[in-house]
Amino acid sequence: MAVAIVLVLIVVASLLFNFLNPWWFTPLASNWGQMDLTLIITLWISGIVFVAITLFMAYAVFRYRHQKHRRAAYEPENRKLEWWLIGLTSVGIVIMLIPGLYVWAEFVNVPKDALSVEVVGQQWQWSFRFPGKDGVLGRTDTRLISAENPFGLHTGNPFGQDDVLVKSGDLHLPLGKPIKVLLRSKDVLHDFYVPNFRVKMDAVPGLVSGLWFTPTKTGTFEIACAEYCGVGHHTMRSRVVVEEEGLFQAWLHEQPTLAQALSEDAAETGDPLVRQGRKLAQDQGCLACHSVDGSPGAGPTWKGLYGKTETLADGSTVVVEEEYLKESIVNPGAAVVKGYDPLMPPYQLSSEELDALIAYTKALSDQG
Amino acid sequence: MADAPYQENIHLHDPQSYWTKYVFSQDHKVIAIQYTITAISVGLVALVLSGLMRLQLGFPGILDFIDPGSYYQYVTMHGMIMIVYLLTALLLGGFGNYLIPLMVGARDMVFPFVNMLSYWVYLISVLVLMASFFVPGGPTGAGWTLYPPQAILPGTPGAEGGGIVLMLVSLVIFIIAFTMGGLNYVTTVLQARTWGMTMMRMPLTVWGIFTATIMALLAFPALFVGCVMLLLDRVVGSSFFMPAVSSMGQQLDHDGGSPVLFQHLFWFFGHPEVYIVALPAFGIISDLISTHARKNIFGYRVMVWAIVAIAVISFIVWAHHMYYSGMNLYLGFFFAITTLIIAIPTAIKVYNWVLTLWRGNIHLTVPMLFCLAFILTFVVGGLTGLFLGNVSVDVPLGDTYFVVAHFHMVMGVAPILAIFGGIYHWFPKASGRMLNDTLGKVHFWVTFLGTYMIYFPMHYLGFVGVPRRYYNFENYEFIPPSAQELQAFTTVVALIVGVFQLLFIFNLVWSLFKGKRADSNPWRATTLEWQTPDTPPVHGNWGPKLPVVYRWAYDYSVPGADQDFLPQTLAPVVATASNEQARAEGDKA
Repeated sequence: MAVAIVLVLIVVASLLFNFLNPWWFTPLASNWGQMDLTLIITLWISGIVFVAITLFMAYAVFRYRHQKHRRAAYEPENRKLEWWLIGLTSVGIVIMLIPGLYVWAEFVNVPKDALSVEVVGQQWQWSFRFPGKDGVLGRTDTRLISAENPFGLHTGNPFGQDDVLVKSGDLHLPLGKPIKVLLRSKDVLHDFYVPNFRVKMDAVPGLVSGLWFTPTKTGTFEIACAEYCGVGHHTMRSRVVVEEEGLFQAWLHEQPTLAQALSEDAAETGDPLVRQGRKLAQDQGCLACHSVDGSPGAGPTWKGLYGKTETLADGSTVVVEEEYLKESIVNPGAAVVKGYDPLMPPYQLSSEELDALIAYTKALSDQG
Repeated sequence: MADAPYQENIHLHDPQSYWTKYVFSQDHKVIAIQYTITAISVGLVALVLSGLMRLQLGFPGILDFIDPGSYYQYVTMHGMIMIVYLLTALLLGGFGNYLIPLMVGARDMVFPFVNMLSYWVYLISVLVLMASFFVPGGPTGAGWTLYPPQAILPGTPGAEGGGIVLMLVSLVIFIIAFTMGGLNYVTTVLQARTWGMTMMRMPLTVWGIFTATIMALLAFPALFVGCVMLLLDRVVGSSFFMPAVSSMGQQLDHDGGSPVLFQHLFWFFGHPEVYIVALPAFGIISDLISTHARKNIFGYRVMVWAIVAIAVISFIVWAHHMYYSGMNLYLGFFFAITTLIIAIPTAIKVYNWVLTLWRGNIHLTVPMLFCLAFILTFVVGGLTGLFLGNVSVDVPLGDTYFVVAHFHMVMGVAPILAIFGGIYHWFPKASGRMLNDTLGKVHFWVTFLGTYMIYFPMHYLGFVGVPRRYYNFENYEFIPPSAQELQAFTTVVALIVGVFQLLFIFNLVWSLFKGKRADSNPWRATTLEWQTPDTPPVHGNWGPKLPVVYRWAYDYSVPGADQDFLPQTLAPVVATASNEQARAEGDKA
């Protein structure tokens, strides 16, 4: 008896929880409301089945509880009932599959007039590339990826010259236009997931994957990596800013094209020690987490870092100079800056290499 | 059956020394207990790891030593241990070894020496896995799915040291152990059934374990080759799964490999694996419900059909784990259809369990309580699978807490409840004593209600879109602060449920010495294992003569019979002709 009551209470509590809890979909900002609808249909069907089966079970437990002189029935099978149940279940399955597959058919059919955007994942940040005026993304190759060429572009390839490069920072998109996202990864599996758009797709090194959506609301929407990619997975985030076409174009014009970025690099002169430091920073992977232009990442930015007073995790402060920097490279866990996770692996570098990195960091602060 | 059973005339050599009786025993019952103890022990390790994970999720930063690397190591080891080293080992190696020969009327497994080896090789695989905690860099933190390239690249714990190597080696050793055991279970069922024990008279526990074992023999090879190839990629630098990568600024030597290929191999194993865990649980629940409700399982033939159908279909659904993996999107149509189709035989089983209760004579014993809880939690867990299997709904819900809630409910709660029910049910046969009833009920209610309170609300975090495998959720604006409050609540409940499992362990140990003595058939069940001349059964199980089977496994409450159960060994003529003799036969059982 008590058991039957508890079963009923569980059903009631579950229903109450379902209707009263504060956790529901993020506000929809794309055309994929049909995914929500299919989900809600599934939720209703599942809910009804759950309630029906559990209440039936609770009633049976009550009605047929052991009592003196009770004898169970002897009913090896009931073919007719079984076929009815199979039939009803199949109908339920079909009711869920039809909208599900219909929406999927739309998902695999990218609109022809979609604006292409490339999204590149790496441990642990996102970068973006637009095809520029010619509408075609330039050819890339993982083997060409370097600090000077973070997108791995074939610099001689004509289509790439006008590609707009967004090395870090937010992705801006125009309102109301279908967007085709082409996904790449430089290193491991990642997943480009924007909850408000409902879409996600893995970024796989060695292939290009894709998804599409049409932003239907202006605003800023978070990107959260949705395929475990190492210790920085939970910090690999960025944002999509959806704005009116005019504002979007203005933003696009502000971003450097490949041609501009290449000419800036060519004009660079300076101290060979600083240059060695920069190459080291690229080769050793520092720049995956530490930006040089002030943008946020898994580690503190190096722009303006040298000479700065930082607060450490234990509350003490330190002036960032040679000694602190060298310690932070060979033993990064010793004095982590407040607000950052202890993700950085130790690097055992020679004293000459350390000097070069210090020189580079200093140069970034003198510029900043 | 015209021919004598395979083991009619064999002479089992009785073990002579302490070592051959209790340690290097070839007796399936001793081996089963060894599997059970090892699996539960390593399961307790995984339980502690989950407690640490929950502490970090509920109260971020509460324990200094849980940094992101450690957290992901706990996530990985918890998952792998629970699925493979606990659930698979306990259900097939533990329950399978103990029950198959007894339930089919055999004296032992058909290859007893290989069976013994299978346990020791399993133990070695466990020790190799535990060793990864002690190597530089610690165990792998790649997630139980071990996806390359991350599993073997910097940025993932254990990738550069021995952690991932030991994990892969351990899995290879485990698969060897399970092939040895699996060949035993399958061959014993096919060849060593006693007089009158046709396949369609076998209890559903045997059908569940037997079918699961065949699946394992077909599915584990995919994992085996995946592990060997990944090991080669890591150790000798091959590129089965490794494309060109620029990792932490370094161009690596690999090229041309496919990460998605690993996923296909892994999930070709991984999906059948979850049914390898589920089918024995289904079988156990069927037998427990019929015994404790004094009613035949409803629709036995359809139940067998459903087990086989689930087994077959489970091999063509695997890529529902890969809908947005970068594989060809059109595959999503096929796998969504097959995945939703497998729901049909599964649903039939659920209907048949509740229809067994209908018009039954339900004794609310501890095993029955676990059955009811199993049905409820399996229904919830199974239904949420429909959301995820339906490809376009998987896009917003995949890799969120919805998935975590789904797989815990359907693999971590329901089968664990079935295991507890099975242990409370068969402990009297294996030990000659009953487990304490009061402790059992307390353990039951805390575990059932606690796990429900942990995993039911979790689905709704998935609706928000909270991603899984995150160390913390700081500064994500789309996640409301109330989600963190739920995380804290979940942690508190999880810690309580975890601690209460000690009550079960205590009950096991205490009852072994002080439990109420049980006769050979305290539940008055029909199946063969309860008809052994000795309790606990001795080596050889049956005494000088193998039992003879006259009926199916579910003659409960047969109209016209005096008793409300007729053992499988009871000849039909005797039952209706002479009450005296029937009562005597029944009482002897």
